[in-house]
Amino acid sequence: MSDIGLMNLKLKIWRQKNMTTKGKMVDYKLDGVSPDSSFLEMIDQLNEELVTKGEDPVAFDHDCREGICGMCSLMINGMAHGPESETTTCQLHMRKYKDGDTIVIEPWRARPMPVQKDLVVDRTAFDDIMVAGGFVDINVGSAPDANGLPIGKGNAELSMDAASCIGCAACVAACPNASAMLFVSAKVSQFALLPQGEVEKDQRVLNMVTKMDELGFGNCTNAAECEASCPKGIDISNIARMNREYLAASIKAH
Amino acid sequence: MSVTMCRRFSASIVKKQVVAFTGLFFCLFLVGHLVGNLLILVSPEAFNKYAHALVSNPAIYAIEAVMTILFLTHVVLALKLTRENRKARGESYHLKRNTGRGATFMSDTMPYTGILIFVFLVLHILKLKYGTYYEVTYDGLVIRDLFKTMVEYFRNPLNVAFYIAAMLVVGIHVSHGLWSAFQTFGFNHPRYNGFLRKFSIIFAMVVAAGFMVLPIFCYLQGAN
Repeated sequence: MSDIGLMNLKLKIWRQKNMTTKGKMVDYKLDGVSPDSSFLEMIDQLNEELVTKGEDPVAFDHDCREGICGMCSLMINGMAHGPESETTTCQLHMRKYKDGDTIVIEPWRARPMPVQKDLVVDRTAFDDIMVAGGFVDINVGSAPDANGLPIGKGNAELSMDAASCIGCAACVAACPNASAMLFVSAKVSQFALLPQGEVEKDQRVLNMVTKMDELGFGNCTNAAECEASCPKGIDISNIARMNREYLAASIKAH
Repeated sequence: MSVTMCRRFSASIVKKQVVAFTGLFFCLFLVGHLVGNLLILVSPEAFNKYAHALVSNPAIYAIEAVMTILFLTHVVLALKLTRENRKARGESYHLKRNTGRGATFMSDTMPYTGILIFVFLVLHILKLKYGTYYEVTYDGLVIRDLFKTMVEYFRNPLNVAFYIAAMLVVGIHVSHGLWSAFQTFGFNHPRYNGFLRKFSIIFAMVVAAGFMVLPIFCYLQGAN
């Protein structure tokens, strides 16, 4: 195999032993990276070198490596999941980079999502928000017949769009305020837009937002960096929906 | 008020909606303030009589009190939200860049432009409302000659430059704030979003440019 087109890269990676120790940026040189490899394969290659040298490999989250699981979570050169729109880190390819480039790789940063090791963060906070109301708790019967339950095309599509959230937390990482509004609003919307979820929509939005605040996420300033960084292209119109539903629900509740 | 109710109304979203409401109020105030002050272009008499009508209205103290409360609410809550936002990040990024598809210079600088507007406003009230007091007589009625105060103040080109800079800052703040307030109340519709964002920027530009006319006009009056 010819090595034409292989790249030599400089990497700056956040290394942190565990949750209690302080981390720091560490420089690495990685030679012979194929432009056809994915970003995660590039880190695999680095880790193989580190293991060969007897060093601790860089810990990072990944699972499906096909852009649907929401596990991969890297801040690449200051952008969540790298520079491409609607692309997860695993779907970012090294052909986006040039020979000699320096790439800065950091974990998501948000107080409610602490770094566990290197580039791995604890995203339990999202589970806690889901537990607070991200479900349908009434008996809606078994799977309905197709078109048995009339749902407008518009709402069906909006609900599906919201439900495409993979919970990767790029929105929190990219938000200048570490706000979780895009995630929470996507979950609130996906249920509220369908008749099964509509029944509990008031209680749901109150509980999920209360939990989100309690966990210490920041406040939305409508900068829309979340929407721009979301690998699934979730729209901030969901945040608007949550804003008005929260207001309506808190007035109705008293 | 029950504890749950307290918690509900201290939620992030409600705090933001209070900031949005007070902000929208001040957008309307800007329009009123500008239209009234542009009477200076008509004649010094029209301007002075307008100013006199405002301060001689018995409701003025109540209106000023309400506006002060709304303004301080806007400032205090916005500062509180900003502090919470800083805290929420925790350890900062070694490198953080905007995607270029979301945040703008306007949205990034809201807390700073806000603080600058606060400083400006204190000086603005001290230097003009509580500035040098002159009197003028129209049809036997002795009223304040605010026009003279303005012309004197803006005789200094530094003051003119300061006001123009301050209006730029107001424009930057409002161009994100106005659109943002609608989003915070949940108004977002694909048919109107484009219009609303453009309207915010145009509104901010028109208001800022309108206010810039005043110091420049007064400077030119003073130079004559």
